[in-house]
Amino acid sequence: MIPAAFDYYRPKGMDEVIALLQEHGDDARVMAGGHSLIPMMKLRMAEVPHLIDLQDIDGLSDISVDQGRITIGAMVTQHDLINHDGLTAAAPILREAALQIADPQVRYMGTVGGNVANGDPGNDMPGLMQCLDAQIHLIGPDGERTVAARDYYEAAYMTDREDDEVLVSVSMDTPQGGYAYEKQKRKIGDYATAAAAVQIVKVGGSVKSASVAMTNLSDVPVWSEAACDALVGTACDAAAVKSAVAAMLGDIDPAEDNRGPVAFKRHVAGIILTRAIERAWSRA
Amino acid sequence: MTDKMHIKLKVNGEDKEFLAEPRELLIYALREKLDITGPHVGCDTSHCGACTVTLNGKSVKSCTMFVAQANGAEITTIEGIGEPDALHVLQECFREHHGLQCGFCTPGMIIRATKLLEENPNPTEEEVRFGMAGNICRCTGYQNIVKSILAAASEINTAKEAAQ
Repeated sequence: MIPAAFDYYRPKGMDEVIALLQEHGDDARVMAGGHSLIPMMKLRMAEVPHLIDLQDIDGLSDISVDQGRITIGAMVTQHDLINHDGLTAAAPILREAALQIADPQVRYMGTVGGNVANGDPGNDMPGLMQCLDAQIHLIGPDGERTVAARDYYEAAYMTDREDDEVLVSVSMDTPQGGYAYEKQKRKIGDYATAAAAVQIVKVGGSVKSASVAMTNLSDVPVWSEAACDALVGTACDAAAVKSAVAAMLGDIDPAEDNRGPVAFKRHVAGIILTRAIERAWSRA
Repeated sequence: MTDKMHIKLKVNGEDKEFLAEPRELLIYALREKLDITGPHVGCDTSHCGACTVTLNGKSVKSCTMFVAQANGAEITTIEGIGEPDALHVLQECFREHHGLQCGFCTPGMIIRATKLLEENPNPTEEEVRFGMAGNICRCTGYQNIVKSILAAASEINTAKEAAQ
């Protein structure tokens, strides 16, 4: 419950943030909503001698939906995201997923950027961002660079972000077609036993394109290209869904924990993906 | 290692100033520095919501915020919304509908409910349950908490209609 002492910084500009990260290296961390970092600090699983609070940095809380492109600032909270009508109209899957994350209080504080950057496979947004083929924008000492969400996650708590970089926003093309974020969890606020993000575009009664990503079924989120391929060109009938599920099961690698053994998680993953595909198809 | 910071908060309408280490959690600043002991600590994993306060218009779990982060904020706690002889409508409805037993979750429950009803003045039972899902209660089984909040919503709406 009692975190170790730290020096606290609340800079007004990103230059100062980068300078602090360069000066202190691995001893410094940026904090967004604090709802993963502070719990870890309270358990002394994270020691952060230099804590950099991003709340006063301008521009990080912006949402833009413009000309087929969506950009969400890293400090946009889950609450902001849920209540942004333009965003919900353009990409309803974001709201559907965010309402399955944590609880009201956590959603007032927890941010999209923190969720995406955290690197915990339990977080829901990483799989969602892979499903939507989002781009992740980072700023570091050498300026800004962009990484695809599908390339961002390396292992549990290991991402492509360097110690002196800050995730500033995510962006994506406005998603097309039907959508679903389906999540099996033990109770409100729990990380998924299994969750699936699905977008399907339907043309002339068959699947023109599909995107499938799975949450908390490996040490990273899993975008299943094989599952997408199994759906494209089909009428999304029972046989097609079954082969997409079989393909997905080839891509995941769940670990046993108190949410259940591996066989159970694979079973749940299949059920959840089936439901997600059926719901996305019904909306396509 | 760390210098204390000069912290300013506005709590229940009063300006408060004190020194605190940045790592001090807001809940402890409220309870131990300011003697505002209505908000409680029920867990160490940010689940239970017993520490919930309203901070700059948001329902927040004050166990998951450093006092340094809250510097400059406006905060409302259970102590700020009613008096024993002039209860807030939610306090009155929790009493009337038996929405509490041990009372440990109640300050967080009621403060969260004030915000819920502000954002959704006419919630369904399902919306109340979902909107209160960040607050755990060990005593009531929630049923009477839901009743209390629905009754408060109805009273507030009736009063609003009467005023128009």
